[in-house]
Amino acid sequence: MGTVFAASGVASASWLLLALPALGALVLLVGGRRTDGWGHLLGCATIALAFVWGLVLFFHTTGLPADQRVQNLHLWSWIPVNDLQVDFGLRIDPLSLTFVLLITGVGGLIHIYSIGYMSHDRDRRRFFAYLNLFVASMLLLVLGNGFVTLYLGWEGVGLASYLLIGWYSDRPTAATAAKKAFLMNRVGDVGLALGIFILFAKLHTTQFTEVFAQAHTLSGGTLTAVGLLFLLGACGKSGQFPLQAWLPDAMEGPTPVSALIHAATMVTAGVYLVARANPIFDLTSSGRLAVVIIGSITLLIGSIIGCAYDDIKKVLAYSTVSQIGYMMLAVGLGPFGYALGIVHLLSHGFFKAGLFLGAGSVMHAMDDETDMRRFGGLFRRMPITAVTFGLGYLAIIGFPGLSGFFSKDAIIDAAFRQGGWQGWVFGVAAALGAGLTAFYMTRLVIMTFFGDARWPELKTAEGKDYHPHEAKSVMTVPMIILAVGSVGAGAFLTLGHRMSDWLTPSLGQLQEHAAGPLSSTVVSVLVLGVSAIGVLVAYLVVARRAVPVQRPEPVSWPVRAARADLYGNSLNEVLVARPGQWFTGVLVFIDKMGVDGLVNGLAAAFGGTSGRLRRLQTGFVRSYALTMLGGAILLVAALLLVRFSA
Amino acid sequence: MTPTYYLLLSALLFAIGAIGVLVRRNAIVVFMCIELMLNSVNLTLVTFARINGSLSGQVMAFFVMVVAAAEVVVGLAIIMSIFRTRRSASVDDSNLLKY
Amino acid sequence: MLYTALVLAAGPTTDHIGPGEAITFWILGPLAVAGALGMLFARNAVHSALWLVLTMLSLGVLYMVQQAPFLGFVQIIVYTGAIMMLFLFVLMMVGRDSSDSVVEVLRGQRLWAGILGVGLAGLVVGIVFRSLNLVTAAGLAGPNGTGGGNVAQIGRSLFTDFLFPFELTSALLITAAVGAMILAYTGRGAKGGKRTQREMMVARFRGEHDRPSPLPGPGVFATANSVATPALLPDGSIAPESLSEIIEATQVTEFEHDLAEVADTEPGPDPHALTGTETTHEEVRS
Repeated sequence: MGTVFAASGVASASWLLLALPALGALVLLVGGRRTDGWGHLLGCATIALAFVWGLVLFFHTTGLPADQRVQNLHLWSWIPVNDLQVDFGLRIDPLSLTFVLLITGVGGLIHIYSIGYMSHDRDRRRFFAYLNLFVASMLLLVLGNGFVTLYLGWEGVGLASYLLIGWYSDRPTAATAAKKAFLMNRVGDVGLALGIFILFAKLHTTQFTEVFAQAHTLSGGTLTAVGLLFLLGACGKSGQFPLQAWLPDAMEGPTPVSALIHAATMVTAGVYLVARANPIFDLTSSGRLAVVIIGSITLLIGSIIGCAYDDIKKVLAYSTVSQIGYMMLAVGLGPFGYALGIVHLLSHGFFKAGLFLGAGSVMHAMDDETDMRRFGGLFRRMPITAVTFGLGYLAIIGFPGLSGFFSKDAIIDAAFRQGGWQGWVFGVAAALGAGLTAFYMTRLVIMTFFGDARWPELKTAEGKDYHPHEAKSVMTVPMIILAVGSVGAGAFLTLGHRMSDWLTPSLGQLQEHAAGPLSSTVVSVLVLGVSAIGVLVAYLVVARRAVPVQRPEPVSWPVRAARADLYGNSLNEVLVARPGQWFTGVLVFIDKMGVDGLVNGLAAAFGGTSGRLRRLQTGFVRSYALTMLGGAILLVAALLLVRFSA
Repeated sequence: MTPTYYLLLSALLFAIGAIGVLVRRNAIVVFMCIELMLNSVNLTLVTFARINGSLSGQVMAFFVMVVAAAEVVVGLAIIMSIFRTRRSASVDDSNLLKY
Repeated sequence: MLYTALVLAAGPTTDHIGPGEAITFWILGPLAVAGALGMLFARNAVHSALWLVLTMLSLGVLYMVQQAPFLGFVQIIVYTGAIMMLFLFVLMMVGRDSSDSVVEVLRGQRLWAGILGVGLAGLVVGIVFRSLNLVTAAGLAGPNGTGGGNVAQIGRSLFTDFLFPFELTSALLITAAVGAMILAYTGRGAKGGKRTQREMMVARFRGEHDRPSPLPGPGVFATANSVATPALLPDGSIAPESLSEIIEATQVTEFEHDLAEVADTEPGPDPHALTGTETTHEEVRS
């Protein structure tokens, strides 16, 4: 870890990055209906300004020597309590700047897209306020210079996510999904909080600079515990096994939200956390192994379930789960994979946001219909959407030359190079995931854009005809830009180790195993072959026959299992929810009978006694005087007894 | 005969005054009973002054009279103002401060 | 112990109680007790006050007998003369309400008051008798006999040993005087304060009183001008408002004659009834 420098020059004004979206959110929320007319423009403008300012900071930092790029900006002393000294400040380094550009760049595009997508919504201004709040929180998450600041942003994005998933609060499913997301995130947040507590208990600080400098003084057990707790936090936020169930449900929110929060940025916060805490994970190989295992399981689960769904957004959601699994796998490889994970995160940010915006465009055209079985042949009606979507599709399945090819293959290659059983297990899992990704994405594209048009014979939910049409330019332009990113980002970032060198000050030098069981070329060919098989199978299964509009039943058990989310919800239900309910029931019983009985009984006893004693206060002075006289006589008699009995 | 008889007389008067305070309901009469009790105490003081051969007891009785005078003035004023608002001088009627 | 202490304090000069004092005590002591009992049992508060005056006078004389002439006179002048008169003033202001009702509202109050009072008396009497039975008084012949006598000695004592308490009592007195003034003062406009005639008339016509006009005066159709004589209405019946609440009205039978005299000439219900009867009366006279 290199030394940390105090921020100077333009970097000392990097707080503007946070202030701009936060100000936008404040104005839009406090301003109320007065800002309806121009609220969406303000929302976009603040993000655009933040993006421009992020670019300025980026170029400022690239202008610095490589070993001076980690800068710390102390803003104010936040929680100064005796031993607990928490500063509010920002850490400007290559890692955080990368995220800043991703968040503000993709976020800005999605803001612009939302102007068109949400144009029919009465509360569009509030929507932009929430989006701004999200961007501000996310920037705080990635820019904070301590774990507590990170936690503040972490909770802020959780809040924004909750508000936006439940945007259509008149739909019970949306309200439930929002609650589910919030609760499952809490499970992860507890892990993160406990990890921070342990760090504070052992190191008496939560600032990145001090923690990272002293991490090597911690015992192996402590480091593993912190690593596992952070992993739990990451699982909650990033929808990793076993906390993945909320992410597909989160698609109840508006599609731009799915694109921004639940595909491109927020759900990658777990990856960011592991990458940011790299000095800790570097020191605990068992913690890293746990991350890799979780990532592998999740990428397989996500891609398997993705094959079975017919809802276009849910397929993309499980695709996200699976792709984040790749990222977790990468960052779990330690110094061999941090940079690879971040690169895949960036390219995924582009192509998955593009895919979601494409899906949103399709839904916009098809009266908010999400069932792919009712689509088909939309290529002619919506050429721009189809082309941009197709480019995103090619990027995600790893078509040679596009983003996914560079970023995903590198991860699979690094997994194989681990060597030993780990290399084989995780490498094969990742390659298998690539094949499954190719299958379900091909299935999705064919069912949506090609084949027979099934919608002309169908009616909308309101009983009208479908009139698919291309969206307005305010929606297509962001899609085009993201498509360009999907095509070029991978090559731009990986060729010549551009990205990994840039990230070196934050994450350390990217290392490579000299040789794995398979050479890089063999791995590339293997992955391409597996993906091609996936595409071919999808073509054979979906394109050669007419797609039935009704979901076929009954189906074989793997499909049944996949349709049931591989029993992820049931697992949660049986392992956590039921025992939790029983436990709560027992506690409530004990509380009511034991604790409440004791307390209420005591209170009733006192109440009853005082109720009777109270009657002595008659208000008649003469009664009181009588009592006084009695007392006086008693005193005199007592004195007399003492005096004359002696 | 010894001065003790004066003390017995004062004890009797004190007890009668105490009973009066407890039994009578007219606030002014209650006040008079209190004056009676004060007077009986004065008699005790004077008697002890004589027994001890010191004038301090008499001075003390003098102070008691002064304090009693002040007390009577304020007390009667209070009774008057209560009577003006409640049209009653009975101590039983002022019983609002209760449970 | 107390006994020996007292005896030692008494010193060589002992004070003998002569037969004169004994006779005085045995006359005034019962009188004082009788006064106290009278105050306790008198139904009327004014009577109570007068009984108390008796007790206080007796006590004053007893003070003088006990070699405290100054206190004795102060007792008579201040207590009997001033304080008791103050009591009587207040009693007169409070008025008829000052007599107690016979019914005791507090259950067991009288019984317990009697038991405790007698118990207190018994207890104190027992103590005093047991501890001071054989005490002999030192007497005040010494202090009273030197330097100007009792009054001068008390004065010296007050302004030397008891100077600070004495000054404090002056503060107490002035505070009491101011406090009493504030408590008793009712300014105009305050609740129960005096209203002008104009305000009273406005209030009357606003309906704050039973009737806008003054109560009928006595003797409108009566032969007497006394307050005890009720006013008669034009039809010869008694106007109920004119009956005094305090004074017993003259019995109707006592002026039946007058009534009959007027009733004979009654011309019956008529707006001009008053003038009509007046003229008939004149005609009869002439």
